[in-house]
Amino acid sequence: MDIHEYQAKKILSSFGVTIPRGGIVYSPENAENKAREIGGSKWVAKAQIHSGARGKAGGIIVCNSPLEVAQATDKLLGKKLVTNQTGPEGKIVNRIYIEEATDIEKELYLGLVFDRSSESIMIVASTEGGMSVEEISKEKPETIIRSKIEVAVGIQNFQARELAFGLGIEPALIPRVSDTIVGCYKAFSELDATMVEVNPLVISKQKQILALDCKMSFDNNAMFRRSQVSELRDKTQEETKEVYASDRGLNYVSLDGNIGNIINGAGLAMASMDMIKLAGGSPANFLDVGGGATPEKIVKAFRLITMDDKVRVILVNIFAGINRCDWVAEGIVQALQKIEVKVPLVIRLAGTNVEKGNEILKKSKIKYIEANTLEDAANKAVKALG
Amino acid sequence: MAVIIDKSTKIIIQGFTGKMGTFHADEMMKYGSNVVGGVTPGKGGTKHLDRPVFNTVKEAVKETGATASILFVPPAFAADSAMEAADAGIKTCVAIVDGIPSHDMIKIKRYMRRYTKSGKMTLVGPNCAGIISPGKSMLGIMPGHIYKEGRIGIISRSGTLGYEAAQQLKNLNIGVSTSVGIGGDPINGSSFRDIIEKFEADSETDAILMIGEIGGPQEVAAGHFAKENMKKPVIAYIAGLTAPKGRVMGHAGAIVSAYGESAVEKVELLKECGVTISKNPSVMGDTVKKVLGKS
Repeated sequence: MDIHEYQAKKILSSFGVTIPRGGIVYSPENAENKAREIGGSKWVAKAQIHSGARGKAGGIIVCNSPLEVAQATDKLLGKKLVTNQTGPEGKIVNRIYIEEATDIEKELYLGLVFDRSSESIMIVASTEGGMSVEEISKEKPETIIRSKIEVAVGIQNFQARELAFGLGIEPALIPRVSDTIVGCYKAFSELDATMVEVNPLVISKQKQILALDCKMSFDNNAMFRRSQVSELRDKTQEETKEVYASDRGLNYVSLDGNIGNIINGAGLAMASMDMIKLAGGSPANFLDVGGGATPEKIVKAFRLITMDDKVRVILVNIFAGINRCDWVAEGIVQALQKIEVKVPLVIRLAGTNVEKGNEILKKSKIKYIEANTLEDAANKAVKALG
Repeated sequence: MAVIIDKSTKIIIQGFTGKMGTFHADEMMKYGSNVVGGVTPGKGGTKHLDRPVFNTVKEAVKETGATASILFVPPAFAADSAMEAADAGIKTCVAIVDGIPSHDMIKIKRYMRRYTKSGKMTLVGPNCAGIISPGKSMLGIMPGHIYKEGRIGIISRSGTLGYEAAQQLKNLNIGVSTSVGIGGDPINGSSFRDIIEKFEADSETDAILMIGEIGGPQEVAAGHFAKENMKKPVIAYIAGLTAPKGRVMGHAGAIVSAYGESAVEKVELLKECGVTISKNPSVMGDTVKKVLGKS
């Protein structure tokens, strides 16, 4: 789960990381007042969407008066911002963060992620803040320093210090940079985060250490014990069909193609998408109804796929294990009694009681194309596109 | 003895009396697995499915001599249960449960470092289908009948894709020595490399089919191990050629976030290690058959 910049800043600030003064607003009037409340003579209006690279997309506006802050807010609110991370459809701006402008002396990069090889938390830092970590690794890989943290004991001060000295920070500022690193680590480990990125972390002309932009992502599997984090979810930043799916316990990812998929198991779903591609087609989605493929889930899956206007063929591929094919087939028949499917339907059942399952489908009145293997299913789905 | 479990392996069920535990314990017993009891804290001293129930894993091990366990406890309590099993001297523990927080998985793995290599429990999963040695024992939730007895080792992150492979092999009259589902999470108990090493040493396995997917470094790490240390042929399929970058594809671990983690890159890196690639998921069986024909 992702959260907004302002939410991440608030969290990090509670772990001792210094952030510029700022506040969230929902209207131009609100924004003007907020600017006066913050004080100073220069502000930044920042569109809050779940994406980086907002600056290049026009989502960050520097303002020289409270009136300009109001105007910038007016311009940004309700707009769809398209960045290199949002896809062509962009993301809607519903909230603006007003922040005092910072006189930047130096921009640094600080990121924390799970390292899957060492199964520990990895801190990555670089003197080249402001660029994305991908750009840094491509253009200035020599500036990247890393530190692996032993999660059983957590971060030690010397590790934070080593990183700070590694960034070439002047001695007087080392303690504050170290505190920032320790704060980010604590937020990561205490809130079940999967990623914390402060980019840039800046040294201001006034020698303050400030988190100027932050991103945080969290482990969905841990949200049951992190209610304060889970309530920060902003569904307007997620794709409509994906929200519909996640609210109903389906694993769904919307894609560009026109063959809709209903499959049990994530691996089999990816494999079926691969087969569609090899057969010359293109999947409209990834959808895993779960290993069990219960009739309830199948109904929900059909409802979801038929919401997608792009879909011109539906491919159902279920490998039944302990749930038997006859039971799955009954689920499909039930679903099609409730939901009208106007596009060709290809069904491949495999596994336990496959003959019985296919017989139930044949005896029912549903119109479909029967497929026997993965390859057969993909070929028939592509052919059905016409 | 098959690679991890055998006909005589004594199994206990953690979360025995729950709905999932009851259902799958029954399926396992029907398959012929030697289920000797189970654990549900607070229900010790009673009987369930004609087997004794214990309050703690230690007690269950002491009374039954169990060496393997399978977890059917909710994600929030799974880490605790896995560590309890390790501490009680269980040798093999399968965690079926989907949804264990990554931070908890790291905690379990750090906890297990207190044991010497010989005394350390093999944890398989979470978010997996478990282990089956066809005709011998099933410590998992798979449909046992699709696995033919034989000499191919299967390691798969995905459950249903592992079934697909077993079925393809069976249709070609090729059997399986053991199939291990290592699970779809980013941090898991056993990696491809951990299991492939066991298969190399197993006298009942001739070749290994690895079914991987996008995300993480494990398939390639196993490839390097195979190149440097193995004589048996390794065949691999990697799912997710069409998966977009940076998106989680169902499995929490199926996300491309670094170089070498996409399907195309993994395939290239595995080829360099001498691993035979199954070009698509419908020819996993055929590819194994071809490799067997050569050796």
